[in-house]
Amino acid sequence: MDRAKLSFFRIIRSKLSGDFIFEAVVGFFALCILFLAFLLFRELFIESGLSRNSFGLGFLTTSTWNPVSEVFGALPFIFGTLVSSFLALLIAVPFSLGIAIFLSELAPEKLRTPLSFIIELLAAIPSVIIGLWGIFILAPFIHDYLAPPLSTYLGFLPLFQGPMYGGLSMLTGGVILAIMIVPITSSVSREVIMTVPTHQREAAIALGATGWETTRIAVLPFARSGIFGAVILGFGRAIGETMAVTMVIGNSPRISESLFSPSYTMASVIANEFVEATSKLYISSLIEIGFLLLVISFIINIAARILVWKLLNVEGGGVT
Amino acid sequence: MNRLKIILILILAGMLLTGCVSKQPVEVQPTKAPATVTLNGAGATFPYPLISKWSSEYNKIKPNVQINYQSVGSGAGIKQITERTVDFGASDAPLTEQEFANISGILQIPESIGAVVISYNLPGIKTGVKLSPDVVADIFLGKITKWNDPGIVSLNPDTQFPDKDIIVAHRSDGSGTTFVFSDYLSAVSPDWKSKVGKGKSVNWPVGLGGKGNEGVAGLLSQNPYSIGYIELAYAKLQNISYSYIRNKAGKFIEPTLETTANAAAGAALPAGDASWSKVSIVDAAGDNSYPISSFTYLLVYKDQTDQTKGKLLAEFLWWAVHDGQKYSSDLLYVPLPKDVISLNEKTIRLMNNNGQTLI
Repeated sequence: MDRAKLSFFRIIRSKLSGDFIFEAVVGFFALCILFLAFLLFRELFIESGLSRNSFGLGFLTTSTWNPVSEVFGALPFIFGTLVSSFLALLIAVPFSLGIAIFLSELAPEKLRTPLSFIIELLAAIPSVIIGLWGIFILAPFIHDYLAPPLSTYLGFLPLFQGPMYGGLSMLTGGVILAIMIVPITSSVSREVIMTVPTHQREAAIALGATGWETTRIAVLPFARSGIFGAVILGFGRAIGETMAVTMVIGNSPRISESLFSPSYTMASVIANEFVEATSKLYISSLIEIGFLLLVISFIINIAARILVWKLLNVEGGGVT
Repeated sequence: MNRLKIILILILAGMLLTGCVSKQPVEVQPTKAPATVTLNGAGATFPYPLISKWSSEYNKIKPNVQINYQSVGSGAGIKQITERTVDFGASDAPLTEQEFANISGILQIPESIGAVVISYNLPGIKTGVKLSPDVVADIFLGKITKWNDPGIVSLNPDTQFPDKDIIVAHRSDGSGTTFVFSDYLSAVSPDWKSKVGKGKSVNWPVGLGGKGNEGVAGLLSQNPYSIGYIELAYAKLQNISYSYIRNKAGKFIEPTLETTANAAAGAALPAGDASWSKVSIVDAAGDNSYPISSFTYLLVYKDQTDQTKGKLLAEFLWWAVHDGQKYSSDLLYVPLPKDVISLNEKTIRLMNNNGQTLI
């Protein structure tokens, strides 16, 4: 019996080589993610049905959010999420790129590891801590020191008009998001820049390029798509960030052209109101906001991928 | 360049997971052990400190009973008691007609009273600014915008008010506190009632939103000339200035545990198994009643399916509305008045297992 059993296992083993098992296992893990994404989409879609039936596309274009009379429109939240995230990118991208270039190209060897370690550590700070710091330090700072010069020198722009209440504003939300996405954007950009082959740089230097020129002609074009990916990763974090931004953005569902006005984001309204939402339509509307958040993330991702492919096709020479 | 691919895959995966909303709150599975019995509850955050105090005190008296309370919010509490995943629920507002109709055989037991105070940050002016109901409503409606508005000044002739804009602060999260406050404003101002109404979240005409009492308190402390509403306990513990409100009898009343209890004492209340949706103790009559307060409720089923567990639950509720009340004052909750306790006694006696009363 032993012999028969052994030969059976031998056959199995010869069919199921280590490679096959390995592929099956990792393939299964990859499929899990796909399946999870599908379930998430499906669940949010089904649960938001009531709200979609009641408000239709008007949900996206109206700006009344009244839980008492159960009239819901998500426009102020969509606006708040997109504007605060773009503002965050506007601030964070130059910083992140600078940090990445410094760490990979210019910093002395001794500094590189500790510095990049510290920057990555920043990403590990819980967002509620950053939010508290935002309320007590950043918001008053912006109110006292950043807003006055902005309104004095750039006050002719509608962006910097109107009063700011205690620093709780779209601007503060954008700044705090920027702080939160710098670690991820800069560390991914740094990794990407490090993958640029040394001979690229050597070639540029051999042609007499200065440090800046080397970075500009040899390194950045090579790493372009990867850096773009890093930026999108930061955007993804900004768009879904909830706690910290809720604490500093003022939570007022109004659309204003001034960055000094309070605003509201999609993730914030879900976090704020979901727990105490009792009526079916109310819950369903909040879920629809969650669904929209997912859809927006998807669209941005896909757009980013298409952009990366286009860039590669036009100029070539890049790396995916 | 596989590393980049991996990074990009991670990016996609990360984006997928942003903004996910869980449909079901964490559910507590009732456990059945012969020795210790766990009574599971879920609901409002406001009574959480009191219920957890009860839980530990009751465990000293009855070591075989564990009270496990999850403060997941009134909405989630009502949902879980509807689905019978917990033994008792808790809500800051009475069940609405519709909710009451959805849960047959539910009992509502007021277990404590919460008061809401109107706090402000006026440099140089301490606690005790007098406000009338219409002035409060007009401030929160955005009709009164300056501190030196004649409406405010005439109520406080001895105080010098600055010529500054009023910054209104309110809760951004759905909360029982907002429910009580908007219930009060709806009761005293027809304008508020038609334009805004009452609810755990409302469409605020003006102001900034802060998350939780601490969020509103933070807004107040950082914005001179601001005004907002917070729980009495929070204001007292944090030493935040608050105003005296003119009540129905025309007296300006300081919010205290006593004046809040007075408001509850005279209330006409329905039977425990009837609908409580109309119950409100805001703007109560009585010379010494503070006008902005509300009961907070425990929700249990009249028909208990499990004899042992039902009995233990009834005993615990009995203890909570009697002996449990003595822990209220220390935690700055308002103890129940006598007539509410005797109403609760009747309600708890309605609890039964197959027609057999449990207590």
